[in-house]
Amino acid sequence: MYKYNDFDAAFLAERNAQFRAQVERRIDGSLTEDEFKPLRLMNGLYLQLHAYMLRVAIPYGTLNSAQMRQLALLAEKWDKGYGHFTTRQNIQYNWPKLRDVPDMLDALAKVGLHAIQTSGNTVRNVTSDHFAAAAKEELEDPRPYAELIRQWSTDHPEFQFLGRKFKIAVTGAEQDRAVTRAHDIGLRMVEKDGENGFEVIVGGGLGRTPMIGKVLREFLPKEDLLPYLEAVLSVYNLLGRRDNKYKARIKITVQENGIDKIRELVEARFIERRAEFNGADRALLAEIKTHFTPPALRSGDTAPYTSAYDSDPVFRAWADTNLAEHRKADHAIVTISIKAHGATPGDATAEQMRVMADLAEQYGYDELRISHEQNVILPHVLKSDLPAIHARLKAAGLATANIGLISDIIACPGMDYCALATARSIPVAQDIATRFEELKLEHDIGHLQIKISGCINACGHHHVGHIGILGLDRAGVENYQITLGGDATETAAIGTRTGPGFAYDEIVPAIERLIEAYLQLRSGEEETFIEAYRRLGMEPFKTALYPEARKKVA
Amino acid sequence: MPRPFSPKIITANDLLEGDVIYFTADGAWSRDLAQAELITDEAEAQLRLLEAERDALSVVGIYLTDAKDGPNGPEPVHFREDFRRTGPSNYAHGKQEAKLEATAHV
Repeated sequence: MYKYNDFDAAFLAERNAQFRAQVERRIDGSLTEDEFKPLRLMNGLYLQLHAYMLRVAIPYGTLNSAQMRQLALLAEKWDKGYGHFTTRQNIQYNWPKLRDVPDMLDALAKVGLHAIQTSGNTVRNVTSDHFAAAAKEELEDPRPYAELIRQWSTDHPEFQFLGRKFKIAVTGAEQDRAVTRAHDIGLRMVEKDGENGFEVIVGGGLGRTPMIGKVLREFLPKEDLLPYLEAVLSVYNLLGRRDNKYKARIKITVQENGIDKIRELVEARFIERRAEFNGADRALLAEIKTHFTPPALRSGDTAPYTSAYDSDPVFRAWADTNLAEHRKADHAIVTISIKAHGATPGDATAEQMRVMADLAEQYGYDELRISHEQNVILPHVLKSDLPAIHARLKAAGLATANIGLISDIIACPGMDYCALATARSIPVAQDIATRFEELKLEHDIGHLQIKISGCINACGHHHVGHIGILGLDRAGVENYQITLGGDATETAAIGTRTGPGFAYDEIVPAIERLIEAYLQLRSGEEETFIEAYRRLGMEPFKTALYPEARKKVA
Repeated sequence: MPRPFSPKIITANDLLEGDVIYFTADGAWSRDLAQAELITDEAEAQLRLLEAERDALSVVGIYLTDAKDGPNGPEPVHFREDFRRTGPSNYAHGKQEAKLEATAHV
């Protein structure tokens, strides 16, 4: 993985020193809040409902054990002993004190982490496939490109004051685990005539106007990545609206101008921009690639794994849900669920972070990933080590066998923390997970993604959940709308609203009715919820959700 | 006919701690909603807001919000303000934590 050079370290040190001085000037009264707010946001510091919140970027979701331990240290020393992993591969600390934040940033810098551009109208943390370089069918590791974009976009003078925030996701695999179609720019590695390049998708996004991105360029040679991105951003920067915050994202620019016009403008600008690049970007990419040399994978007998699988039902249940196929047959990709039933999705304690760091160091070639689904991944694990890993995870409360199941819920912080929220998300997620654990139905239900947002901004990705839940404020009371049929993968789709929303105490029973209907309606155990929905459409699920309304009509 | 004025309190977040604070009748700030001044007159509310904003260097995001009179002082009207005066619902953190600690020490 990428190691900071002297330039990176010096840049970060200078930036942190600047912020330290800005905090001091705010505290001594030299800066007003209006002057200070844009400065703190540029450094990832928000003021939320109960406290400040520091959002730290985990570029393309990749961490080493030293970084994970440092995240644990921050949680323990300056927060309340835990951190919250988010849907954009960041970690958020919910309780920092203003005076402590410069020290927190210095501690992060020691391990090559920062909070720069995790807020504000800039290019945000570049996200990627959490299985990068481990998944079987991948064309190429997308992370060197993500790192190149991180370096290029960090403090890029032209793009510090965009019309609105700008999110880029990169994937190197056909299977889309990075939600590239719901990003301002999604980059999908594709192959053409034996060469890898990018399909460039633009104008996707969730929020109040959800859109699936459109293909702007079918094949972009990899060498042209930065000039092309500059062209897109430059066109957006000029053309994008600044009169209305809610119409300022590039998805609206694309919608209002049409993809063809945007393409024409981008291609023209691209020719100009490309002429300005002198090859330094390509040299940098080549240098970055050396940091991403795949680890020398060990080889081993898989017998210990098979024997544990056959003899230990708890291990088997976990292996069935939490393991994914690795490109090397005697390895596996381990997804560690930080969604224990009834716990807050995405929260890990400092102790749990240390356990995961230790496991990565001892067994996992020192690599960890954070997924947009708010879980932690050990991307390369020799299968024979899995029983030992499982035992350690179990002792740390990290062995929940629920990946891809109904309790593996994405939830934004909602009104328990967020100043923008209109309703709570976390307790809804907790209650759904707890309820289905009580019913012991989770494994029978099978693959199902529930995604919950506590406001229309959709940080909880509710539009692309098989079942999406959106919390709103209806006349001073929490109210939850349900959408069905969303899809976050390569077959991305926006869910459809079922009808009127449900009160806080009605939402879990409503989900239960939906699931009961699915279990009755499915053609067999192998037909998943989303497949059944696609086959049957909305009507039978609506009938289950609104039995009273149906009776009246009848 | 103009809508009747609903009683208000003034609230904000502390600059250093970031936690929720309330403007009191004697022009100070309290961490307890019950200590807040309940303002029942619209003109008075605007005046008090201006007075509160004198502290803008040490207090962040000052605003007026609806509240009602209760047996122990002002109480929230909207659930958002109820969360602000309590803390999150997934952990006993925030103001509820301080209250729990206070109870534990009695």
